[in-house]
Amino acid sequence: MTGRARPRPPRGPALLAAGMLLATLCWADAAVDPAAEAEPAPRFAPVVPGTPLAFPADFGAHPDFRTEWWYATGWLEMPDGRPLGFQVTFFRAATEVDRANPSHFSPKQLIIAHAALSDPAVGRLLHDQRSAREGFGLAYAREGDTDVRLDDWHLVRTRNGHYETVIHADGFTLRLSLAPTQPPMKQDRDGYSRKGPRPEQASHYYSEPHLRVSGSVTRDGSTMPIKGTAWLDHEWSTAYLDPDADGWDWVGASLDDGSALMAFRIRGKDGSTIWAYAGLRDAAGRFTLYEPGQVDFQPRRTWRSPRTGAAYPVEMQIRTGTTEWRLLPLQDDQELDARQSTGAVYWEGAVTVTRDGRPAGRGYYELTGYVRPLRL
Amino acid sequence: MQAMMLRRWLLWGEWRAHVPQAAAVVAAIALGVALGFAVHLINAAAYNEFAAAARSLSGESDLQVRGVQATLDETLYPFLAQRDGVRIANPVLELDIIVPAHANERRHGMLKVVGLDIFRAAAIAPDLVGIPEEDNLFDLLADDAIFLSPAAMEWLGVRRGDPLPLRRGTQVVTLRVAGGLARARAGQRLGVMDIGALQWRFRQLGRLSRVELQLLPGVDRDAFKAALVRDLDERHLVTQVSDQEARVANMSRAYRVNLNMLALVALFTGAFLVFSTQMLSVVRRRHQLALLRVLGFTRAQLLWQIALEGAILGTAGALLGLALGHAAAAAALDLFGGDLGGGFFSGIQPQIRFDPAAAGVFFLLGAGIAMLGSMAPAWEAARTHPAPALKPGSEDHAYARLASPWPALACLAAGGLFTQLPPVSGLPVFGYLAVALLLIGGIALMPRLAASAFSGLLSLAARRPLRVIPALALSRLANAPNQAAVALGGVLASFTLVAAMGIMVSSFRISVDEWLRHILPADLYVQTAAAGDTRGLTPAEAEMIAAAPGILRADFFRSTQLALDPARPGVTLIARPIDAADPAATLPMTGTTLPPAALPRDAIPVWVSEAMVDLYGHTPGKRITLPIGDAPRDFVVAGVWRDYGRQFGAIQMRLSDYRSLTRDPLVNDAALWLRADATAEDAMASLQRLPFGGVLDISARSRIRALSLDIFDRSFAVTYLLEAVAVIIGLLGVAAGFSAQTLARIREFGVLRHIGMTRRQILALLAAESGLLTALGIVLGFVLGGCISLILVFIVNPQSFHWTLQWHLPGQELAAVALALLLSASLTALAAGRRALADNAVRAVREDW
Repeated sequence: MTGRARPRPPRGPALLAAGMLLATLCWADAAVDPAAEAEPAPRFAPVVPGTPLAFPADFGAHPDFRTEWWYATGWLEMPDGRPLGFQVTFFRAATEVDRANPSHFSPKQLIIAHAALSDPAVGRLLHDQRSAREGFGLAYAREGDTDVRLDDWHLVRTRNGHYETVIHADGFTLRLSLAPTQPPMKQDRDGYSRKGPRPEQASHYYSEPHLRVSGSVTRDGSTMPIKGTAWLDHEWSTAYLDPDADGWDWVGASLDDGSALMAFRIRGKDGSTIWAYAGLRDAAGRFTLYEPGQVDFQPRRTWRSPRTGAAYPVEMQIRTGTTEWRLLPLQDDQELDARQSTGAVYWEGAVTVTRDGRPAGRGYYELTGYVRPLRL
Repeated sequence: MQAMMLRRWLLWGEWRAHVPQAAAVVAAIALGVALGFAVHLINAAAYNEFAAAARSLSGESDLQVRGVQATLDETLYPFLAQRDGVRIANPVLELDIIVPAHANERRHGMLKVVGLDIFRAAAIAPDLVGIPEEDNLFDLLADDAIFLSPAAMEWLGVRRGDPLPLRRGTQVVTLRVAGGLARARAGQRLGVMDIGALQWRFRQLGRLSRVELQLLPGVDRDAFKAALVRDLDERHLVTQVSDQEARVANMSRAYRVNLNMLALVALFTGAFLVFSTQMLSVVRRRHQLALLRVLGFTRAQLLWQIALEGAILGTAGALLGLALGHAAAAAALDLFGGDLGGGFFSGIQPQIRFDPAAAGVFFLLGAGIAMLGSMAPAWEAARTHPAPALKPGSEDHAYARLASPWPALACLAAGGLFTQLPPVSGLPVFGYLAVALLLIGGIALMPRLAASAFSGLLSLAARRPLRVIPALALSRLANAPNQAAVALGGVLASFTLVAAMGIMVSSFRISVDEWLRHILPADLYVQTAAAGDTRGLTPAEAEMIAAAPGILRADFFRSTQLALDPARPGVTLIARPIDAADPAATLPMTGTTLPPAALPRDAIPVWVSEAMVDLYGHTPGKRITLPIGDAPRDFVVAGVWRDYGRQFGAIQMRLSDYRSLTRDPLVNDAALWLRADATAEDAMASLQRLPFGGVLDISARSRIRALSLDIFDRSFAVTYLLEAVAVIIGLLGVAAGFSAQTLARIREFGVLRHIGMTRRQILALLAAESGLLTALGIVLGFVLGGCISLILVFIVNPQSFHWTLQWHLPGQELAAVALALLLSASLTALAAGRRALADNAVRAVREDW
């Protein structure tokens, strides 16, 4: 099943339209206008504080919420020791079509998937994306436990808690097994993660840091065994972004001492920070929560994309309380430009992390909303 | 150099002196070429547009999986999507939906609506993706949104944001126009919406029209297809785009080939005209040509000279014909559409494009036929010994060689033989060859027939005293039959064609009329709409119709399409109440019918149209498998019926059988019989008062009959035109023939004047001669045309359209044409004579040096 790449003429407006639709769905529409909430359109479940996460059910999909994603990122090591970054993401997006339509084709839930490989030897990301409506067993996000499929791409949590993923992408194939070494890390207040000043601007959010990766990567017809460390985020929400928000900067890092750091800030259109958060869990499981006032993001170096012209702060300094973290990218060009297919453009890349100037570990760093505001 | 000058001088001299003859030849060739070229251009344009439209609907798919029935079960989609080797599987539901505002437009009141999953279609059929407004991207998935091609928007008179009411059964579903399409062909009327919404809104839950497959690179398509065909049962067809094109070509092929044959007939008439004009011209110029030989022109030079004259006329005619044909094609497309009223291509807007290859073929045909027509006269001129030719009165000898009967008889015999041969790849090639051979043989036999006919008349007349003019006319015709025969040929060819085509069309029309009477026994017919995939009455609605006041009996019909062969247009399946003991009560049966006792118990009886016998070999008594219902079942052909409505085949079965197989409760149409005390008007009014009465299309039997015959006449508009052309070409031939002949006989008339005949008497002589000749031409043409019509009715029609006709003679019409021909031929002869006799009699005789 390798070598799927088939030269295709550019599709022009048709795919762009389809892609922009997806972009709308998976990122921006989560921003809910208070006025729009009164509409009789399908009511999505709100994120309510104090709802405890219940596993394994919460490993699975939550179709009553508007958006949901399973986001696996990590560092891989090739047999020759060279590092490789990878990203495998499955999105579920509920639409507002009439729930009364009994057709199996009714696009009530859409499944979108992105996959990327970051190899400094290539100099940019290898990436691919898929999208489909849920149905016919071809694309789904199942309830009960993690089980997401989009044609021949899938991510499934097995009985022993391992995540198995197979991605037949354009240019590479990933077959990975992600084995947890720690319990899930419930973000913010027991998995209720605020994203803005209003209490409903929030998500249910847990992470699986320090996943031990084994498996293989196939490129150019040759398959290599790989190992590494990964991070999996699972987040579901109905109202994600504040209407004034522009995008976010996010990092998740599995640190060498066994601790795990997750930090993000939501940027406002005026350059301000609308919300910020950081959570640090040490190897013993002690969790430290940083409030918006205790978290500060300071760009240290920007890189301008030759394709989109966007300037990304690829080196970032983050202060949590009294700790200074520094993010250094595996390579500058880790932009995922998918405007011709899914319409979204973001920077998603492998970074090394220093803590107060000393190497601390490796993580993944995400920058969104730098080409245009995420709310279309 | 001198020879060139001489040649040019000869040509110009001849044509300047005989402008009308030359013009007639050019016109005849031009008409033939124009007709053939126009038919070709129109069909090519329509075919290309139709094929391109079909291709744009299939996008870049490698294979398409369809159902033999109109739709297939959607569970096939995941099965195909997960099959090894498949890159993308694109599920498509395609419906022809009636637009209420346009429901009364015949054949055109429907909008093709394609339901797509944009996530699959965007990669495989990008042209069909809708373009929503930038802030309404969700319209691509909305369950009330439709995207329309520009032609559809223009036709429906809607813009983005407007509501669009469409009909579903007896109800109306209103959609919202959400935007245009990425790319649509000019004139292509098309709507696109989400497949889930289309399934829901138009009651097609669980159904697909087809699944398009794009294979992974490196997958062997033929091997994949063969394996897939093995794994799917007989209810499925795996097709390629080429199959669709073959289907489109098959749709209009018989019609197109027949039109082209008619054009060839026109060309043939033109060639005959060239022959007669050149023959007379050679005869007239015997002295001139003999003198040239004496002066040193070689035989080959003379042959080349005459042939060149024909070729130049042919070239002029062919060029004119190409221009005319192109213009006529453009005009006809505007007026009648791409099928010339045949009804094969609709919903598209073909454009005429100049086709160099076809133009070359038709040019060569026109010029070549003219050259061929002048070869015999050229040969004759070259062979003549100059010395005897210089003597007067030798003209008739020139034709003598033409009088040998053996080639003509051989032609007739071969023609007779060819009528016994089967069609070649579905076309009546030998039938047409037989027609051509009969025509050639008949015309070649003419001198002999003329001589014996007029000699017989003369000896008959000799028994009693005859007045001088008829006596002179008869003896002239009897004794110089060869010269007369050439003039006769034009009349003969023309009237033969008129008779043949007239008889054929009239036979067809009367057969259709009788057929209509048989298939329309009820008083009223109810349709939910003209056609379309979304029509249908529910059982409750059907019951209400049957119970309406004034209705004595109601028969309900369900008709659907079956695609039994991917390369052929669909077969219509009609389910209705049929009495197996007496199918002839409902169907116009032909031949034998299996009695109920002879029907096997384990097979369901079906009655097939004649086309099914020819195309699919469904002979009476044969057991066949048809994919109707959930699984393929065994059927038995219980009889064959005549169907002029569906040349690609139709199958009838009992409604009860159909329902038990398919559990499809809907019906499309109803036939209603009225109580004795009810009037059609009252019954129609009460039906229209039903809750869904507004969408019922209720017609009285007489209206359907009138409408059908109107469609028939439209389809045969071209044949009528061709008959007129044949008559015109024939008359041109008469004009050319008679005036040339009269001019060639100037010396004879001079002598007659000298021995005391008045001008009036000579004119009367000419009129009598031409009258007698034309009368003979008409009688013989009638016989020959009758024979040809037999071939057309009993061989060409069944072989190309797969239906049989009854032979019928349109006596009055043919008599009228004959009379007109007789009259115009006499008038032409008179006019020619008047011109010839205007010269001084003395000078005319003096030419005889």
